[in-house]
Amino acid sequence: MTSELIYICAGSGLVGLAFYRLATCRDMLLRVLSLNVLAVGIAILFLASARDAGMTDAVPQAFVLTGIVVLVAVTAALLALAEQIDRQRDE
Amino acid sequence: MSDISLLVLLPLLAAVGAATTPRTSGIWGLTATALTATLAVWLTLDVFQDGARYIAISGWVAPLGIVLVADGLAALMLLMTSGVGVIVAIQAASWGVFPSSCASKDAESLRAGFWPMWLATLGAMNALFLSGDLFNIYVAFEILGLTAVGLTALSGTRSALRAAFDYLSAGLAGSLLLLLGVALAYGAIGRVDLAAVPMLADTIAGRIALAFIVAGLAVKAALFPLHFWMPEAHSSATPVASALLSALVVKGALYVILRISIEGGAGMEALRFALAVMGAAAMLWGAWGALRATRLKLLVAQSTVAQIGLITLAIGVAGDNLQQNGLWQAAALLMLSHALAKAAMFIAVGRIAEELGHDRISGLNRKELRPGAAEFAFAIASVSLIGLPPTAGFIGKWILIDGLIARDAWIWVALILIGTALSAAYLSRVVSRCLRGGPHVAANAHHPAWRIGDITALGLATSALVLGLASALPLGLLEITAK
Repeated sequence: MTSELIYICAGSGLVGLAFYRLATCRDMLLRVLSLNVLAVGIAILFLASARDAGMTDAVPQAFVLTGIVVLVAVTAALLALAEQIDRQRDE
Repeated sequence: MSDISLLVLLPLLAAVGAATTPRTSGIWGLTATALTATLAVWLTLDVFQDGARYIAISGWVAPLGIVLVADGLAALMLLMTSGVGVIVAIQAASWGVFPSSCASKDAESLRAGFWPMWLATLGAMNALFLSGDLFNIYVAFEILGLTAVGLTALSGTRSALRAAFDYLSAGLAGSLLLLLGVALAYGAIGRVDLAAVPMLADTIAGRIALAFIVAGLAVKAALFPLHFWMPEAHSSATPVASALLSALVVKGALYVILRISIEGGAGMEALRFALAVMGAAAMLWGAWGALRATRLKLLVAQSTVAQIGLITLAIGVAGDNLQQNGLWQAAALLMLSHALAKAAMFIAVGRIAEELGHDRISGLNRKELRPGAAEFAFAIASVSLIGLPPTAGFIGKWILIDGLIARDAWIWVALILIGTALSAAYLSRVVSRCLRGGPHVAANAHHPAWRIGDITALGLATSALVLGLASALPLGLLEITAK
């Protein structure tokens, strides 16, 4: 019970932090980072919901894996866009 | 392999083909768009004859497998996407289709970027409309989000890139909210298929999950107050991309909201009320933004905010499909008519800006240039957006207001009428400037020459008009549900 509570608290703490940063910050790199933190928080919540008295459910883990793949792709796209914007500012 | 999964697979494969061979991407794009449209028509005929169809890919059923469902609503959305897609693809073909036939270096890079992005968008939209479970919807949204951002950034200007960055980060936050909702839903009932939504609406944890899902979708649909990223993204893209983004991409999220709302049953009443209130606020806020806009493209983008509000209001007041009031069909019809009219409008605005050399509203009156076909297309599209007869927008609003009057819901009727009056006000800012003759037009003023853009814009606007006369067809299609 305690470990479950730790997971849920950690997950929702990360989600809250990430949303706070996302809403208050204009810097592009920080926003990319907070989106990543948000995704990690949600993954923790997802995994916590799947823990069930010794039995592990495979479906949420598959969901989290898909989420990680998507996150890597989107982060790459965000960084590419940020770099392009920065290059245009220099010119 | 059946025709349903081909609707998703074919555009995605063609997108890969177009991305690997940029010089022939136009051929890939036109062929795949036309084939997908044929498949969509074929599927619709099938649904008309034999009712809803579904397949579980490789025989795996929920929760592990991927189930594709095609009922009347999904078929109508597929038709809408393909129909608008084909006409916009014809417009994009003006960048040159064959490897040697490129107007300029700019057109060549636009062409190489556009076709893979559009084909992947088409595949993702089709996947979204056919998906039978929430996680699959999340995956489709991620593909859609990435490609839509690609379309936004296509022009490569600084404002477009900046808008694309904001769009992608807002879109990612939205889809993470959606994922959080799916996680909570799985934790609550151990299922994520759409058929389990009524079960979700019955428990507290499930309702929280649904609230997260709808919040994520609201970011993606640019529903007030989560629309902050949208006007900039839609107004700084190239006209062809704006037409696709504004007419189709936001409809993906609206479709899922509508689907969840009609599946959800009575447990979602609070959520529906919230949607209706947000929709009404969006209608007023978007209209205010459109009245204050100084640039033509920004006005059209702000009017999308307002129209999304109207559609969401319709979804919110419609209730579930057990209430036989047909109001949700009005929402679907409004989505369809908005798609046609808004695509026409963005392409027409692109043409007007091309002729004038700028898109400031105050500079629409010019001495030496008479209004041309693009202005005419804009006016017809305006008629459809305002909801004057005989357009599809009129039929949608008629069903909506009729149903609300029967229910004595006068506040909603008043809000819709105020929204309609405001939309007439901001659209007439443009139309009246085009209609005015008089002394400021020089005697030797010439008409702009015809281009592909005029023909596609007119085609889209006219189909929005004709759809009103033939609206029995989409309404009949919507009667076919999965059960």
